[in-house]
Amino acid sequence: MEKVMVKGTEAIGEAAIRAGCRHFFGYPITPQSELPEYMSKRLPEVDGVFLQTESEVATVNMLYGAACTGTRVMTSTSSPGFSLMMEGVSYMACAQLPAVFVNVVRGGPGLGDIQPAQGDYWQATKGGGHGDYKLIVLAPATVQEAVDLTVLAFDLADKYRTPTLILADGLLGQMMEPVEFPEFRDLSTLPDHSSWAMTGAKGRKPHIITSFDIDPYILEKMNLELVKKYREIEKNEVRWEEFKTEDADIVITAFGTVARIAKSVVEMARKDGLKVGLFRPITVWPFPYEPLKKLAEKVDLFFDVEMNMGQMLEDVKLAIGGEKPVAFYSRMGGVVPTPNEIYEALKKEFGRRE
Amino acid sequence: MPKVKGYIEIDQERCKGCGLCIKACPTKVIDFSESFNSKGYHPAEAKYLDRCIACGFCYRMCPDVCITVYREE
Amino acid sequence: MKKLLYKMPESLSGKEFTYCPGCHHGIVHRLIAEVIDELGIREKTLVVAPIGCSVFAYQFFNMDGTIAAHGRAPAVATGMKRARPDLYVFTYQGDGDLAAIGTAEIMHAANRGEKVTTIFINNAIYGMTGGQMAPTTLLGMKTTTTPYGRDAQKDGYPMHMCEFLKEAKGVAYLARTKVTTPQDVEKTKKAIKKAFLAQVKGIGFGLVEVLSTCPTNWGMDPISAMKWLEENMIPEYPLGVFIDKVGDEK
Repeated sequence: MEKVMVKGTEAIGEAAIRAGCRHFFGYPITPQSELPEYMSKRLPEVDGVFLQTESEVATVNMLYGAACTGTRVMTSTSSPGFSLMMEGVSYMACAQLPAVFVNVVRGGPGLGDIQPAQGDYWQATKGGGHGDYKLIVLAPATVQEAVDLTVLAFDLADKYRTPTLILADGLLGQMMEPVEFPEFRDLSTLPDHSSWAMTGAKGRKPHIITSFDIDPYILEKMNLELVKKYREIEKNEVRWEEFKTEDADIVITAFGTVARIAKSVVEMARKDGLKVGLFRPITVWPFPYEPLKKLAEKVDLFFDVEMNMGQMLEDVKLAIGGEKPVAFYSRMGGVVPTPNEIYEALKKEFGRRE
Repeated sequence: MPKVKGYIEIDQERCKGCGLCIKACPTKVIDFSESFNSKGYHPAEAKYLDRCIACGFCYRMCPDVCITVYREE
Repeated sequence: MKKLLYKMPESLSGKEFTYCPGCHHGIVHRLIAEVIDELGIREKTLVVAPIGCSVFAYQFFNMDGTIAAHGRAPAVATGMKRARPDLYVFTYQGDGDLAAIGTAEIMHAANRGEKVTTIFINNAIYGMTGGQMAPTTLLGMKTTTTPYGRDAQKDGYPMHMCEFLKEAKGVAYLARTKVTTPQDVEKTKKAIKKAFLAQVKGIGFGLVEVLSTCPTNWGMDPISAMKWLEENMIPEYPLGVFIDKVGDEK
């Protein structure tokens, strides 16, 4: 297929349609409004449904309703909007409803700003809403990867009956890159949800979908069922990328667009003869603990770079388990670090330890 | 004109003894039972069935769908 | 020979209601089930239960069902209907759910003319949480959070949802009824049928507000509660049909 130049947000929208999604509910918020705008134009062309909602609270509950019928459905939002969706996301996780969320993360906390940031890592991977649940969280670093992971997000959501999140940021959303789109999914080949979906109780017992049971022993069973599913996902779905780690003494850990910047840092360092590599989680949940732990056997120093106060840093340290030092560099509030400043910080850290 | 003759059945185990049917019945067919059901309520009892005219008022007012109404033919 | 006149409708599951003795929820549940039976749409109808005493409503109806987050039933119903316009969807909501936390969702679903049906139970109090003030609590009425009576200066005024909703152009049927007498029960059933017909005929959004008693939290026996409703709630919440674009039932 031919490559086309597309903006990140629109690429995610088109990928969703190609993946067989025909229902989008969303509320405008910067810096992702191009995605609902794209869907409002594109979905009617493929007999789909676009609805601009009255709030993010309504949005997530419309996703809940559409997902109850076994229909592929998605929304996109940005940080404060995703916070508003948290209650509904928790309901959907417990009710085991498949859906795809996109959070184009902006500076926070509070109203923050509209620049790229990674401050929602904890919210995305550690819960965010109430109760024991997890989301599958995919963190693309390029527009092409955003396309590929959007398609994957729908398949994983359906396979595991769970809400799945694309954790992007304003940089990726606004960036234009050449992209190859997948073919259109034949809608008749979408997964069959007739065993549980609400489609009308014709010739069968009613299907009930809830995140509720008043009996704690039954609710505990529901919890254990979720735990079992999450263990399964941890076993099967860990994804990551390693770049020039084979001989690396120093490994930068970063996700999303920061990892993309870090790749330039690796190249800069290699030119200077420093053996630097990059470890990039693609699924930030499930986090690639094991591969990172394995890497720690031969690496001297880890250098974690994020656009937050050190959120993935905790997972990196958990993986390495105190065996090797982990240094940290960050920018916050929507400030994107340059390759130069990361490299300077890395050199300083390396020098201090030599 | 022949008087309509009705017949009702009350699911006394289901009944919570609220008395809405007793109040609604125009011919005073129903009254509270002297005995208890397993929930501990005095359920409604069709004590004077010969007066029943199959109007269905008791059925309409019953909040627990305990009453089935028939017409004798 | 006995001819069967009235029995448990097929659209009810037969499971015993969890409501207190004399609570009107059960009457309204039965009416909805009767209407769905009469329209022959049970196998194509989805029920969205709320948070509140009727959180278990999904167990009482014999059809596919779910529970929405508090107040969000109209959004959940919207998602269902937009995904499956060939199915029928109704929400069942109390006054806390619909008129407090869920005001945005009900207003916008109604205004969009979502082809769904909402049955709204107004008993002027929070039932499940134990008798706190609802948006529909009457002035002067004592609840567990208005121990001195609802004070307009402090607590605001009783919410009139039908009066707000009647300005929404997407509404096809809108009525307020009560079920304190067999005649009222029949009128409520007719209203519920029209609210469903608004959806079945594809005209728009339908809502019936049913004034109901809460004997337990009002602190009255069921019969006195009905008298109290007649004397106090009717003057505040006049009954009537506010919008009817459905026309004669045929």
